[in-house]
Amino acid sequence: MTARRFMLATAIACLAAAPAATWAVTPAVKTSITVTHAWVRLLPLDLPAGGYAVIINNSATPARLTGASSPAYRSVMLHQSTQSGGMSRMHMVKQLVIPPHGRVQLAPGSYHLMLTHATHTIAVGDKVPVTLHFADGKTLTVDFAVRPANAH
Amino acid sequence: MATLALFLVGCAQSGPPLVWKLNTSVAGHLPDLQFRLTDDANQVVTAKNYLGKVVVLYFGYTHCPDVCPLTLTHLHMMMQKLGPLAKDARILFVSVDPARDTPAVMHAYVTAFGTHMVGLTGTESEIRAMAKRYRVAFNRGPSNGHGGYEVNHSSAIYIFGVKGKVKLLATPADSVPDITHDMRQLIQQEIAP
Repeated sequence: MTARRFMLATAIACLAAAPAATWAVTPAVKTSITVTHAWVRLLPLDLPAGGYAVIINNSATPARLTGASSPAYRSVMLHQSTQSGGMSRMHMVKQLVIPPHGRVQLAPGSYHLMLTHATHTIAVGDKVPVTLHFADGKTLTVDFAVRPANAH
Repeated sequence: MATLALFLVGCAQSGPPLVWKLNTSVAGHLPDLQFRLTDDANQVVTAKNYLGKVVVLYFGYTHCPDVCPLTLTHLHMMMQKLGPLAKDARILFVSVDPARDTPAVMHAYVTAFGTHMVGLTGTESEIRAMAKRYRVAFNRGPSNGHGGYEVNHSSAIYIFGVKGKVKLLATPADSVPDITHDMRQLIQQEIAP
C-alpha cells in the first residue's frame, strides 16, 4: 500500500468512526506529518484541558514530537496517562516518536496535550490553533476543535 | 437429581442466576457507604442523604484534564443509557485535591458532565478518612513548572446498593456497555418495580 493510499484509508477509517463530527484534515506543508481528529476537551473555570489528535507520519524516517504551543494557552505540555496497580497517574513526555509510515494517537486515557491558562475566553465550537514542535526543528500548526467536557 | 433439587432450593428466585460483567468480589469485603463531606451546593452531606439510590463512587480531582473527564464522561454515557432508571442512581465524585477543589469548583465541574452527578469535597482530614475507608490511595506529585501539580490517585469505581452495601468494583478500563449492564441489573434487583 502506498503512503498516499494508507493516508486515505486512515482518514476514511477515522471519519467513518466519527460520523457526527466534522474534522479538519490539515495537509502537510513544511513537514511530512498529517494531523486529523484534532480536538480539545473544554472544562469549566479555565481548568486544564486535554488535547487529542491523530498524528500520521508519511515519511520513511521517524518523526519525533517534542512539544506543542498555542497562542490560546499559556502552557501546552505533552503528557501520558497511565493506569497501573489500580492507580491513575500522569507523566510528562519529553519525546513522542511517530514511526515511519505510522501514526500515534493522542487519545483520552493515553498520550495527550495538557493545555493550561487560556489567554482568552474559549467556547465550545471554537477552533484553537496548536503548533506541534518536532525534534528536527520543523513545526506544524493545526486547528483543534473545541468540544464540551463530556465529548466522546 | 438430588443435586438439582438442592440447587433449585438454593435459588431464592426463579430463573437463571444473574451474570455480572464487573468485579463482584468486593461485595462483603469493603465497609458500607459512610462519610461526612460537603457537596457541590456547599451543604454538609452524609451517606444517609443517598440511601435509596444506587451510588457510584469515584475519586479524582478537577485539575485532572484526561482520565477524570474520560471516566466521568463514561459514567454520564452510562446514565444516559439507563434512561428512566438513572433517577435511582447517583454518581458521587469525591475530590482528592481539596486544597483546590472548593464546592464551587466541584459544582462547575460536575455540571459540565451531566445530571445526577454530585461533587464532594471537604477538609484534608475528612477526605483522608474517606479515602482510607475505601483503601483509596492518593498522593500529590511534584510541581509541573506552571504553578500546578498532578495528583496520582486510585482509579477504582465502587458501586453501592440502596442500603449502602458495596456491590461492584469497576475501573476506567471497563466499557460503558458493561457498566450500564450491571447498573441496570443492580437497580432492578435493589429497587422493586
